[in-house]
Amino acid sequence: MGTMAHILAADPIPARSQMGSSLGFHIILACFGIAFPAVCLTAEWMGIKRGDAAALLLARRWSKVMAVLVAVGAVSGTVLSYEMGLLWPGLMGPWGAAIGIPFSLEGIFFFLEAIFVGVYLYGWQRLSPWAHWWSGVPIAVSGIFGAMSVVAANSWMNAPAGYTLTNGKITSVDPWSVYFNAATPYETPHMILAAYMVTGFLIAGVYAVGLLRGRRDRYHRLGFLIPFTIAGICAPLQVMMGDIIARFVAHNQPVKFAAMEFVSKTTRDAPEWIGGILINGQIYFGAAIPGFDSILVGFNPHTTVIGWDSVPPDQRPPLVTLIHLSFDLMVGLGFFLFALAAWQGWWWLFHRRVLLTPWFLVPTALGGVAAVTAMEAGWVVTEVGRQPWIVYRVLLTNDAVTPSSGVPVTLAVILVLYAILTVVSIGVPVIMSRRWRRETPAEEGTEQVPYGPPVGASAGGRAPAAEPRAPDGGPEAS
Amino acid sequence: MTPSPTAESIAVAAILFVVLAAYALFGGADFGGGIWDLLAGNARRGAAPRELIDESITPVWEGNHVWLVFVLVLLWTAFPPAFAAIMTAMFVPLALSLLGIVLRGVGFAFRHTAERLETQRFTGATFAAASFITPFFMGTVVGAVATGQVPVHPAGNVLAAWTSATAILTGFLFVAACAYVSAVFLVLEARQRGHPELIRYFSLRATAAGVVTGALGGATFAELSSSSPYVYHRLTGISLPLVAISIAAGIAVLGMLWLRWYHAVFLRATAAVAVATVIWGWGLAQYPYLFPTSLPLADGSAPTATMVSEFVVAALAVLLVVPGFAILYVLQQRGMLSAAESDSAVRLAAHLEADYPGRVATAPEPAGTRVATRVLVGVLAIRAIRDLFARRGRR
Repeated sequence: MGTMAHILAADPIPARSQMGSSLGFHIILACFGIAFPAVCLTAEWMGIKRGDAAALLLARRWSKVMAVLVAVGAVSGTVLSYEMGLLWPGLMGPWGAAIGIPFSLEGIFFFLEAIFVGVYLYGWQRLSPWAHWWSGVPIAVSGIFGAMSVVAANSWMNAPAGYTLTNGKITSVDPWSVYFNAATPYETPHMILAAYMVTGFLIAGVYAVGLLRGRRDRYHRLGFLIPFTIAGICAPLQVMMGDIIARFVAHNQPVKFAAMEFVSKTTRDAPEWIGGILINGQIYFGAAIPGFDSILVGFNPHTTVIGWDSVPPDQRPPLVTLIHLSFDLMVGLGFFLFALAAWQGWWWLFHRRVLLTPWFLVPTALGGVAAVTAMEAGWVVTEVGRQPWIVYRVLLTNDAVTPSSGVPVTLAVILVLYAILTVVSIGVPVIMSRRWRRETPAEEGTEQVPYGPPVGASAGGRAPAAEPRAPDGGPEAS
Repeated sequence: MTPSPTAESIAVAAILFVVLAAYALFGGADFGGGIWDLLAGNARRGAAPRELIDESITPVWEGNHVWLVFVLVLLWTAFPPAFAAIMTAMFVPLALSLLGIVLRGVGFAFRHTAERLETQRFTGATFAAASFITPFFMGTVVGAVATGQVPVHPAGNVLAAWTSATAILTGFLFVAACAYVSAVFLVLEARQRGHPELIRYFSLRATAAGVVTGALGGATFAELSSSSPYVYHRLTGISLPLVAISIAAGIAVLGMLWLRWYHAVFLRATAAVAVATVIWGWGLAQYPYLFPTSLPLADGSAPTATMVSEFVVAALAVLLVVPGFAILYVLQQRGMLSAAESDSAVRLAAHLEADYPGRVATAPEPAGTRVATRVLVGVLAIRAIRDLFARRGRR
């Protein structure tokens, strides 16, 4: 029984699956936590500055969606912080003194975000317009710094630094080097740009559908243009950033890079594989551009690229095909989004209008899904690509996993809970938007704020509008 | 003898206990709100208190929840071996408390957006039941730590640690304390919003919860004499002044409620003191151990530079987070935060003669009928938890 339990416990696959699904889920909501406030504030700024009612209406509706997503994100973020200990006591026990530092800083930004979300969301009524706008600024700022801190912790796992070991125990720590480890300057901007792209393209996608369905009023065009512009500015920066990071990974984590690019043997003139499946050391269905990988790494076809043969088999990442295809997918989608942004940018430059052709709007409607897919693929590359290490060349994942035997159970529970959370985070905005569409903007003021108390009596001076309200069976609206 | 801890370790441990007390007060009050929601009775009777609970918690719960995240990061950064051991040995109750946290968040997010009555009932019940589950299981974890039953190098779940009489009693103590703090705060919320009948309603419940909390506290204390002699000894020794202050403050709160002296600051502060001093008394009683008599503070502490960085983080928190909370609570107390719609932006737009008429004045009644089902589900949840224990006990 004891050995059986040990064998079960030593298997990190359920723990990795649970961490992967939790992170993969949370990261989408985290994107909204990072970037949605900026999108909201842009609309509100336009609304106040120019007296633009459509922009104000957008800002107010977006803030309600943001409230739901941030609430679910706060919960799924808590799940992750529990899981750090529940699943990886072998990481947090010996290494907590180092990796905990960026997380502690993140705690402050999480606090600020949660506090000012409360002010921003519930302050629409009584705060003056600019006071209200400013109450949202700390959310956007702390979103960026919070993301920096969490990603710094992940960077530390890729490029551990800033600690001294004595007899296998951390005896001194340099907090500065932990936070600003070698990977931090690459990973954090990459993720923050990704967050803005995911948020911007997802919101723009919603309004692209509206435009496709013929709702081409100012409200919908603005609802499309604000998030699309923000995401579109990030897209070329992200492509540049990605190119820089790839070279960094090639130098700093060559084995991960080898898996990303199918480099089995250390070689010059390494070809760039596009697509392809690795079966028994042979690559099928892939297209190779000769020498291009070497050019990407060192601007010269004769640059040596390190292959995964440089380390013994037990130190190579598993699922090389998955890593490679995820990388290709991320890069491909990144260029696709860049192209969309460039197209609209070009059009705007000469026509000052939103592109309304279906040739543009249909792909743009899917742009949000593409951005999410690219981001998830990127996380697959960095996390699976680091295996079998949880802390690169320092701690094996197998040595970090919990000995508790309950992980398959919690994995199942987590999957069910995340299914529910997904329904909530998609379903609630859908319900809200349906309600908004049913009601005219005049009536928009009476509907419910996410998880807010019932709407109180009006402070507005006008008599109730005469339009009949749509019966919807719910007690709130009756 | 146990190695004596460094000054930084003691300082960061003190910060940890301040944060714990903050979570117990603010987060605990929100959980307590859920418990009173659960116990508010049938649809008609429960409607008014439920609305008050809802109004008081909604804008602040997320900020209050972050204290928990802060507890976790402080623990894992400053005292990593203790964190790893607790997370491994207490896997089951912690996973269950996490379940409660997730369900509560779902309940919150969906509660007022759900259109169909059944969905609303379900999410309301989820919210209320989760408010009970989470503090209970957190309490069992604290009970297990205080009795020194968490091994320093656990090989897996340690069932006996969190199912001991002390741990279970601590679980119920946590639930009662949450209900108590929440009821006291709700008395003041009712007063500020001008609901005299709700003042009486929650004042009665605060008194009852106070008595129950006191009784459970006494029982836990008595139980500690056999389950954790070290902690018991220190509680009756060096921690005694803190325990005495807690008891005195608890009695003072009951007195204020009885005299109907609902002072917004004094009543809150006294209730806060009653809870915080117990937590600090426990902390002091454990000194110099993280796990009484098995893991000394000195052995479980991170290196100095980490402790210093935690100190800096705490200082930053005081600089940034405390003013933030002050703004949030002041705005909330002044009624500046409300989910109602007629907002400054609309007024501005109207002023600019944009196409933006004022809002419609209809105050929808809070759905009352969903409540019966909510209570039913709550009772079922409690029963399910009991069954869980029965089964675990037999094993």
